[in-house]
Amino acid sequence: MSKIKIEDVNLYYGEFQALKNINMNIKENEITAFIGPSGCGKSTLLKSLNRMNDLIEGVKINGRMLLDDVDIYKDIDASVLRKRVGMVFQKPNPFPMSIYENVAYGPKTHGIKQRSKLDDIVEQSLRAAAMWDEVKDRLKKSALGLSGGQQQRLCIARAFSVNPEVILLDEPTSALDPISTMKIEDLLVDIKKNYTIVIVTHNMQQATRISDKTGFFLHGEVVEFDDTEKLFSMPENKKTEDYITGRFG
Amino acid sequence: MDVLRRRKTISLILKLTVWFCGILTVGILIYILLFILLRGVPKINMEFLFGEYNSDTLSAFSSVVTTIEMVIISLFISVPIGVFCAIYLTEYAKRGNKTVKVIRLAVDTLAGIPSIVFGLFGMILFVKLLGFRASVLSGICTLSIMILPLIISSSEEAIKSVPDMYREGSLGLGAGRLRTVFRIVLPTAMPGILSGIILAIGRIVGETAALIFTSGTNVLKNPTLDLMASQRTLAIHMYMLASEGLPHSKEMAFATGSILIIIVFLVNYTTTKLAGRIGRLSDE
Repeated sequence: MSKIKIEDVNLYYGEFQALKNINMNIKENEITAFIGPSGCGKSTLLKSLNRMNDLIEGVKINGRMLLDDVDIYKDIDASVLRKRVGMVFQKPNPFPMSIYENVAYGPKTHGIKQRSKLDDIVEQSLRAAAMWDEVKDRLKKSALGLSGGQQQRLCIARAFSVNPEVILLDEPTSALDPISTMKIEDLLVDIKKNYTIVIVTHNMQQATRISDKTGFFLHGEVVEFDDTEKLFSMPENKKTEDYITGRFG
Repeated sequence: MDVLRRRKTISLILKLTVWFCGILTVGILIYILLFILLRGVPKINMEFLFGEYNSDTLSAFSSVVTTIEMVIISLFISVPIGVFCAIYLTEYAKRGNKTVKVIRLAVDTLAGIPSIVFGLFGMILFVKLLGFRASVLSGICTLSIMILPLIISSSEEAIKSVPDMYREGSLGLGAGRLRTVFRIVLPTAMPGILSGIILAIGRIVGETAALIFTSGTNVLKNPTLDLMASQRTLAIHMYMLASEGLPHSKEMAFATGSILIIIVFLVNYTTTKLAGRIGRLSDE
């Protein structure tokens, strides 16, 4: 079933057209990867899925983006949308607070005040991000004392904390070492049964390792969007083939 | 070989320069402190600290009370206004907004104006036009305006230095702008805002020119919290004693200076402690 439908989307930063006529269906309980060279629009599309582009001045979008067949730019409040569509950023960005407060921030934002409930959510979210055992004895310690990989997993736990349906990840492992990267990849594969996951990555091996569908972007257009296995073994488009075989990009 | 030796010489010279500058700065500071404290502290006695003012005791008690009163109330007025103004400028105003440019220009200009101009302005507006007379209230109003640019620009810097990724993280969880500002941005910016407040306290405590015209140089026998009374602060007390002809007034000016230094030290110390505490609170 399609969780997200993107229909004829064009996006402009002022005069510059960053996305050209995008059409895409993103399925539930799958990992969808966006690949392509820098500046091809993959991150822009990802950010527009939970309206983080709203924050940038001069952005204009036309076309429709539907989450469960509801237009996210017309019929959903941005705050509600962002609760349902969580985001993990390129650089780990835990808040300068304790580990506990980092995870509890989301649910508190959405009105949960009861201490026992918050305790439960924090534990579940950290367990889901496979780091409960690592941090359970230092929940009160600052999150900034964690390693980069742990910080990124904490951010994933933080995204879980508001119980989202979709999780967007913008090159979540580009700042991490191979072992932390592996942990996060395993985690994503592990949780996809409960979520819809969209990941932007520069790393094509990463896309082949974890994703079910892959979209190849170039100059603001989707060149090819298909099953990952097919896209990497028998690409239909010459440009895709050139990119994945490393002839450019 | 030659190049190596030259590098060594240059690095030695630079090292010596750095040490010299460091020692010079600390040395001057210690010299000033000792100069004032050694002459002033021995003159401090109970009469001077807590007694009634007369030409004999030259007591600083009423001035100490007024100084503290002015610091607290002025901050109470200008810190919220200044911080909220900074929040508007950094978080809400659109880039290139005309109003913002005007506000920034005004803030920068006000920050560079000598305090005596504020004094004259305060005299015309508060003392005369609004009819507050020469009073602590007029002084407080003038001081509040005077420190406002300082609070705004330091808060603005502090808020700007909060990385955008914290804001994104918060907004990405569905938090609104307001919540993001109050729960994430302000706590992170707090140490910077507090250092602006410390500077502001320093300016208030050391201010004379702006106050001579507004709260006056009058000194009361006993301390009062009456806002409509005309009463001097410690800095003015010191200024007046230094220029008065009484035989022991010079000595007592140093004693006043000593109290001033001690108060500033205590205030800075507690504020820094407080900043640390707040930092740790947001850590928890």
